[in-house]
Amino acid sequence: MAADQDRWQLLLFPDAASSVAGSVDTLFWTMVVVCGLIVVLVFTLLLVFSVRYRAGARVDRTPSPKLFNNRWLEIGWTLPVLAGFLVFFGWGAALYVDIFDPPARAGEDVRQVNVIGKQWMWKFQHPEGIREINDLHLPVGQTVELRLTSQDVIHSFFVPAFRIKQDVLPQRYTRLRFTPVKTGRFDLFCAEYCGLSHSGMVGKVVVMAPERFQAWLERRDRGESPAREGERLFRQYGCSGCHGAASRVDAPDLAGLYGKPVPLESGETVTADAQYLRDSVMFPSRQVAAGYPDIMPSFKDQISEEDLLKLLAYLQSLDESSRADAPRQQETDAP
Amino acid sequence: MIRDARTGPAPRHHYLNAGHGLASWFLTKDHKRIAWLYFVSITGFFFLGGLAATLIRLELITPNGDLLSSDAYNRLFSLHGIVMVWFFLIPSIPTTFGNFLLPLMVGARDLAFPRLNLLSWYVYIIGGLFTLIAAVAGGIDTGWTFYTPYSTLFANGAVLAAATGVFIVGFSSILTGINFIVTVHTMRAPGLTWFRLPLFVWAQYATSLVMVLATPVLSVTLVLLAVERVFGVGIFDPSLGGDPVLFEHLFWFYSHPAVYIMILPAMGVVSEVVSCFAHKRIFGYRVMAFSILAIALFGFLVWGHHMFVSGQSIYAGVAFSLLSFLVSVPSAIKIFNWLATLYKGRVRFDAPMLFAMSFLGLFLIGGLTGVFVATLALDVQMHDTYFVVAHFHYIMVGGAVSAYMAALHFWWPKITGRLYPEMWARVSAITVFAGFNLTFFPQYILGWAGMPRRYHAYVEDFQLLNVFSSAGASMLAVGYLLPLIYLLWSLRYGAHASANPWNARGLEWTVPSPPPEENFERPPRVEHEAYAYDTDA
Repeated sequence: MAADQDRWQLLLFPDAASSVAGSVDTLFWTMVVVCGLIVVLVFTLLLVFSVRYRAGARVDRTPSPKLFNNRWLEIGWTLPVLAGFLVFFGWGAALYVDIFDPPARAGEDVRQVNVIGKQWMWKFQHPEGIREINDLHLPVGQTVELRLTSQDVIHSFFVPAFRIKQDVLPQRYTRLRFTPVKTGRFDLFCAEYCGLSHSGMVGKVVVMAPERFQAWLERRDRGESPAREGERLFRQYGCSGCHGAASRVDAPDLAGLYGKPVPLESGETVTADAQYLRDSVMFPSRQVAAGYPDIMPSFKDQISEEDLLKLLAYLQSLDESSRADAPRQQETDAP
Repeated sequence: MIRDARTGPAPRHHYLNAGHGLASWFLTKDHKRIAWLYFVSITGFFFLGGLAATLIRLELITPNGDLLSSDAYNRLFSLHGIVMVWFFLIPSIPTTFGNFLLPLMVGARDLAFPRLNLLSWYVYIIGGLFTLIAAVAGGIDTGWTFYTPYSTLFANGAVLAAATGVFIVGFSSILTGINFIVTVHTMRAPGLTWFRLPLFVWAQYATSLVMVLATPVLSVTLVLLAVERVFGVGIFDPSLGGDPVLFEHLFWFYSHPAVYIMILPAMGVVSEVVSCFAHKRIFGYRVMAFSILAIALFGFLVWGHHMFVSGQSIYAGVAFSLLSFLVSVPSAIKIFNWLATLYKGRVRFDAPMLFAMSFLGLFLIGGLTGVFVATLALDVQMHDTYFVVAHFHYIMVGGAVSAYMAALHFWWPKITGRLYPEMWARVSAITVFAGFNLTFFPQYILGWAGMPRRYHAYVEDFQLLNVFSSAGASMLAVGYLLPLIYLLWSLRYGAHASANPWNARGLEWTVPSPPPEENFERPPRVEHEAYAYDTDA
């Protein structure tokens, strides 16, 4: 019996384990109550009218005074519906923008985790270099930003207890930011149908108290951080041959590039975000930086998603270190 | 009141005995016989799709995928979706009741293009055959949505055959749409002005507009998909420089309006039935007509609400959410107007009315839960879960199929000249209503708790509600099989129907049941508004 009660509890009030889950639930239950009242109202009217005015019943059927037959009645029930709906629209939209484009808080320590979806597993890499498959360990209370991509088809990263979901696309980076606020093991599902073992593409997000998480980190074989590995790959793939400091090839300097506006040959300006850098490696001719010849070869089919994410981490780290270093010559060198 | 006038002598000559032999059916240009060709074919597809649904529900009784393999399960839900959407729901009311009734309701001898009408049935059947071949040749496992790059690069199976089937059947929709539009514009009887048309005709008209404008987008999308799969041209495949999200945009630009192709005709049916069984003019006729057009128009502007977590711009999401809220307003108006029609009416509870009342209740719940998924922050949780599955089944099955059943019973005496057994029909209506809620209401809770759709196996916590759902499905199956038996029975043993067994208004009730081949002896002249029920009598 107690077990049964727990089960219903779990279904109607699923774990609310992220910083936004509580707000989503408040919105949900408010709508359940309001819509529930509408359902009760309509069902009651349906039953009362059809029984009271059933054929053969002797009731007063003289047409109502004009007040109830005119368009004011129509307007009278349309406007409240519209107003009520607009409230829900605004509430839901504000919360949605908050989930997907959260305001940056100064000094916030965001944990960047790389996620690769493939038929039919989830691969994670932590900033410390630790790799996991299907399980993702996180410390409670720290904001996480996932950078997600797919190796094959479209997947979707869904943790019901966090009330978040984000599609994971091939050749594209999406990001998802959230803060776990409860410790525990929470289901991770692939929500976008991805073929044969779609329902097997599941895992657990394990949220731990900070000190237990530290202990977990210590126990794991760390390897190198993605940024350090990326630095090695930068040489290994030959990127440094053109983009390195000592290079004589006419190629843009990449230090400090991440997050900056880049003027293109076509006259547009784009931001050098993860997607732009990725496209520049895979489809270099698509968006050529202004003032440079279109000579970079494509690395499509030559570089794995894992390595690309590490290269990105390296380029991103260049930004941070160069900022820390004081304004150096890149200001004058960079285009 | 003339209730005992349900039965009457059968007319000597009518469209059913106007010709005999296969050719008289397969080469007919009579809209009433073509409606029968569609009846038989879509009924076949309905039970094929239903069989797939039965197997799906059987599998989901237990959390481990143990009855079927993952592959078989994936193929079954794809078959279920493709067959139910394109070969049952979209053609359902327009090609059968629309075909049969539109000329009768506007006082015409036939549709504007009788040959085109027959051609559209053949096109439908060829499309259907392609799909059946796809099912037999190993099936496809892409889901009815054909999302790329899964469908183009990874799915093995008869993707091309199925897509070809859907491509072909699209032309059937377009031809039917053109035929209806021209008929309503040019063939109305003298005196039958636009605002004297029954709402069923308005609904068919709006549906036809959507068919003609939206279906070509689907055709183009499927051609692009084939071009990519066959010639390797990068359109949707990102490794060729294409964009898979582009496919989602194009697909939903058709497939969201497609929902209105299913629900608008249902709204037309319910307006006819509610008005007849309340014996009262529909409340707010003009508002009802305009809200049909408004839904058809807004339906084109909301496709992006299927993609709130797809990686499209979040501000595009905000715009699509707002537009989706707006489209729900005319639907809400319609529900209030149907209720107001009952007020001070003379309500009878014959089977068509019971089905129409089911429609009202289920469409209301489906519509309100549609507001949940239009709310951005909630859709993040609900998207691609059973909440969405429950929502669209409330609209498409609870709404559209209930209305189809209401229409089937309401016009059965007109179409066949026979009365169906009323008691059994009421049993069916109540069984369907109860079974439907038991099947799909638990799925709302499952979705809220996070159970993703298209899952062959699921976590154990979800089992209890899945068992409820499967139990409900078996009730639903009984509710849908009953009419198949008693309606067939009535074809031979049912009492002969009079011309107007329901004491209804509308031109179709002024001709004998079944109608003569030429519909009207003399072209009718219309001097009244629609639904001229004598409320004071």
